[in-house]
Amino acid sequence: MGKKVTIALAGNPNAGKSSIFNNLTRSRQHVGNYPGVTVEKMEGSLKYGQYDINVVDLPGTYSLTAHSLDELVARNFVIEEKPDVVIDIIDASNLERNLYLATQFIELGVPLVLAFNMTDIADEGGFIIDKNRLSELLGTPIVFTVATKKKGMDELLDQAIALFEGKTKLQGTVVRYGKEIQEEILKLESVAIKDPSIVQKYPSRWLATKLLEGDSEVIKQLEHSPHYEEIISQAKKSTQHLEAIFGDKPEAIIAERRYGFISGACSEAVQRTYEIRHSASDEIDKVLVNRILGLPIFLGLVWAMFKLTFTLSQPLMSGIELLIQRLSLIFSALLPQGSVIQSLVVNGIIAGVGSVLVFAPVIFLLFLALAALEDSGYMARAAFIMDRLMHKIGLHGRSFIPMLLGFACNLPAIMATRTIDDRRDRLVTILINPFMSCGARLPVYALFIGAFFPARMAGTALFSLYLLGITVAIIMAKVFRKYLFKGEAAPFVMELPPYRMPTFKGLLIHMWERGAVYLKKAGTVIFAGSILIWALSNLPWNVEYSKDYDFMLKKAQQNQELIMQLENEKASEKLEKSYVASVGRVLAPAFKPLGFGDWRIATALVGGFVAKEIVVAMLGTLYSSSEAEQKSASLRLALQKQSRPDGKKMFTPLVAYSFMAFVLLYIPCMATIAVIKHETNSWVWPAFAAFYTTAVAWIVSFIIYQGGKLLGLG
Amino acid sequence: MKKEVLPLTRVPAEKEVVLISIEAGWGLRRRLLDMGLREGQRFKILHAHRPGPSIILVGNTRLVLGHGMAHKILVKEA
Repeated sequence: MGKKVTIALAGNPNAGKSSIFNNLTRSRQHVGNYPGVTVEKMEGSLKYGQYDINVVDLPGTYSLTAHSLDELVARNFVIEEKPDVVIDIIDASNLERNLYLATQFIELGVPLVLAFNMTDIADEGGFIIDKNRLSELLGTPIVFTVATKKKGMDELLDQAIALFEGKTKLQGTVVRYGKEIQEEILKLESVAIKDPSIVQKYPSRWLATKLLEGDSEVIKQLEHSPHYEEIISQAKKSTQHLEAIFGDKPEAIIAERRYGFISGACSEAVQRTYEIRHSASDEIDKVLVNRILGLPIFLGLVWAMFKLTFTLSQPLMSGIELLIQRLSLIFSALLPQGSVIQSLVVNGIIAGVGSVLVFAPVIFLLFLALAALEDSGYMARAAFIMDRLMHKIGLHGRSFIPMLLGFACNLPAIMATRTIDDRRDRLVTILINPFMSCGARLPVYALFIGAFFPARMAGTALFSLYLLGITVAIIMAKVFRKYLFKGEAAPFVMELPPYRMPTFKGLLIHMWERGAVYLKKAGTVIFAGSILIWALSNLPWNVEYSKDYDFMLKKAQQNQELIMQLENEKASEKLEKSYVASVGRVLAPAFKPLGFGDWRIATALVGGFVAKEIVVAMLGTLYSSSEAEQKSASLRLALQKQSRPDGKKMFTPLVAYSFMAFVLLYIPCMATIAVIKHETNSWVWPAFAAFYTTAVAWIVSFIIYQGGKLLGLG
Repeated sequence: MKKEVLPLTRVPAEKEVVLISIEAGWGLRRRLLDMGLREGQRFKILHAHRPGPSIILVGNTRLVLGHGMAHKILVKEA
C-alpha cells in the first residue's frame, strides 16, 4: 500500500480538464454525485511511484462564487474535503480569464499547482510565457502541459507530490485590492477571529473578502456562530462604506482588482510576439454559422442524424429480436408447462423487457450522434444559430441546448436547465421540454412506423413527429410567456468551444454514460413495470371460463386447427377477465375520438406513465397473451392483424400516427415528473406539467385523426 | 463620427472594439467579467446575426452574446 493522495482537478470549461483527467486515470474511473445535489462527480485513481492517487474532477467553472451550483460544489469540495492538492487547469492561450479562477484558489490558500494546458496553441498564438517569473508572481508552481498529446503529465504529478510532501511551499501570495478595501478586510478579520471555529475552517482574509462580496453561502455558514450578529453588522458597515467611496458594489471592485493583479503579473511575465487573427475554427464558422446557410445546415444535420440512426440500427435490432426469441423458447422449455412461473418469465419478463431492449441500438446510435455533435463543438453553434428563433418564442439560445438534449432523454435535459439564470426562462424551458421527443418514445415510433408505413416513408414520418413536438413546444412557450410568465427573456452569454475532432473513445464514453441510464431503466423500472403489467393482465390466475376448455382440448386430440382455436379463445377470455382489462375499459372511451378506443391501447398508455417505452412492452405482453398460438410472430405482425369489432383493421396509418402523436405529447414519464419536482422544488409544476401535456396531447391527436378522416386519409 | 461610443449591436461584424462600459446590473456584469469581458478589454466581432446574437473573439475565446446583452455593452472602435 502506497501513500494516499487526493488531487482535485479544477478549471474553466473548455480548458482541457477532462482530457487531463482521462490521461491521468485512464480506465479506472467512476461517476457518482456530490452529496445532496445532482451535480455529477467524476473520480478516478492511479498508482504513481509509491503513491495511490485519487483524482476528483470538479465541475468546470469560471469563478468560485455562490451564484451557481457548479461553482458552489467545486468550492465546497475544496473547503470541506480538503484535497491534498488542487490542480487548476489553465488554457494557456487565454491566460487572463483562466487565471481569474486561479486567483480565487490562491485567495483560498489551498495547495495549488497550475497546469498551463494547450501550450502548443499558445505557442502558435505567439505567446511567450516566462514560467519561472509568473510562478514567482503568483506564488504557485506552474507546469506546461499539452493534454491532447499527453505531454507534461508526469511533471504535473511530480509537482503535486512535491507540494504534498512539503518539498515545495506555496508563497502565500496576497491579491491586493487597494488601501480602502484592505482596511475593511482587516476590520472584518478582527471580528471573525473571535470565533476560532470559523477561522479554523476558512482563512480569515478569504472570509472577510467573501463577506464584502456579500457571499450568501458564507453568510449562511456563519449563522451558528455566537458572533454572527457582530460579524454581519460589521460586514454591512464595511460594505456601505466602500459603496460610498466607489459608487459600486464592493464585489465589482474586488473582481476588477483581481483582474488588475492578473494583468500586472501577465504584463511582466508574458509577451505576445504576434497575433494570429483567424483560427481554423473561424474558417469553419464562416460556413456553419453563416446567416443564410447556418439554419439549413443545422436542420440537415439533425435530419441526417435521425436517418442514419434508423438505418444502421435495423440489422442490429433483428439480431437482438432473434436472441430474445431464442431465450423465450429456452425458458418455455425449461419451466413447467402452463405454470404461473412459466407465464411470468416468458410472457411477462422476457416479452416485456425484451420488447424494450430491442430498441437499444436505436437509442445508443442516437446518443452516439449527439455525442459527436457535442464533442465536435457544434452543439454550441446550434445554440447560436437558434438564438434568433428562440428569441421569437421568448426564450434564448441557451434554452435550446436542454431542448436538444430532450431528444435523447428529458431527465438530463431538465437538469441542464440549471445553466439558465432567469427563473421564468428556466420554468418555461422545463415545462415545454417533455414535448421534445426523447429516446424512450423512439421504440413506439419504430414499432408503429415499421408496421404501418412503407419503408420509403419511414424517415419522413419519424422526422415529422419530432417536428410536431417542436411545434407544440413553441406554441406552448409562447402561451406561457404571454400568460404565465410575463416579461422579457434574460440576456444570453455562452462560450463557443473551438471545433475539435471527436475521439472515438470519447464518443463511446459519452454514448455509454447516457446509454447506461437507459439500460438501468430497462433493468429496474421497466423490469418492475413488466412484472406489474403481467400480473395485472394474468391475474386472477383461475378464471371461471364460459366453456370447459380443458375438457374440449382433450377431446380435440390431434386436430391442430381446433386446438389452436380453442387455446386462442381461452387466452382471450382470460385476458378479458383480468384486472388490466377493467382499467383499460374504463379509459378506452376517452380515446375513441382519437381513433384508438381499444382497451388494450388504453392500458398500454396507462403503463406509459412508468416510462414511455413501456407502451411497447405492454403492447408486447398484451398481444402475445392474446395470440398464444403465435408466440414467434413479432409484435409488428400482431398489430397489423388487429381488427375492430366491425371487422375493419384496428390500425390504419392515420390511427397509428394519431397514436404516436399522443404518446409523444401526453403525460411525461414518472422519472421526468420526479425531476421536475426536484428542480422546481414544488409539486405544483410537476402536477401542472402532467395535466396540461395530457390535455394538449388529446387535442392534437383529435385534430390529427378527425382532420385526417375529413381529408379522406382514414 | 469616428471613435464614437456605441452599443455593440450597432457595430458591424469584423470590427475590433474596446469595451467602454456595461450598462447593466451587477449580476450581468459579474457573468461577463467571469468570462473575461471587462472595461478596457479589446475584442473583435466575428459574426452578427442581427437582430440576434453575435459571436465575439476575446483573447482566444469565442463568446456568444444575445442581442439584448450586446445592446447593453457600450464599445468604441479600436
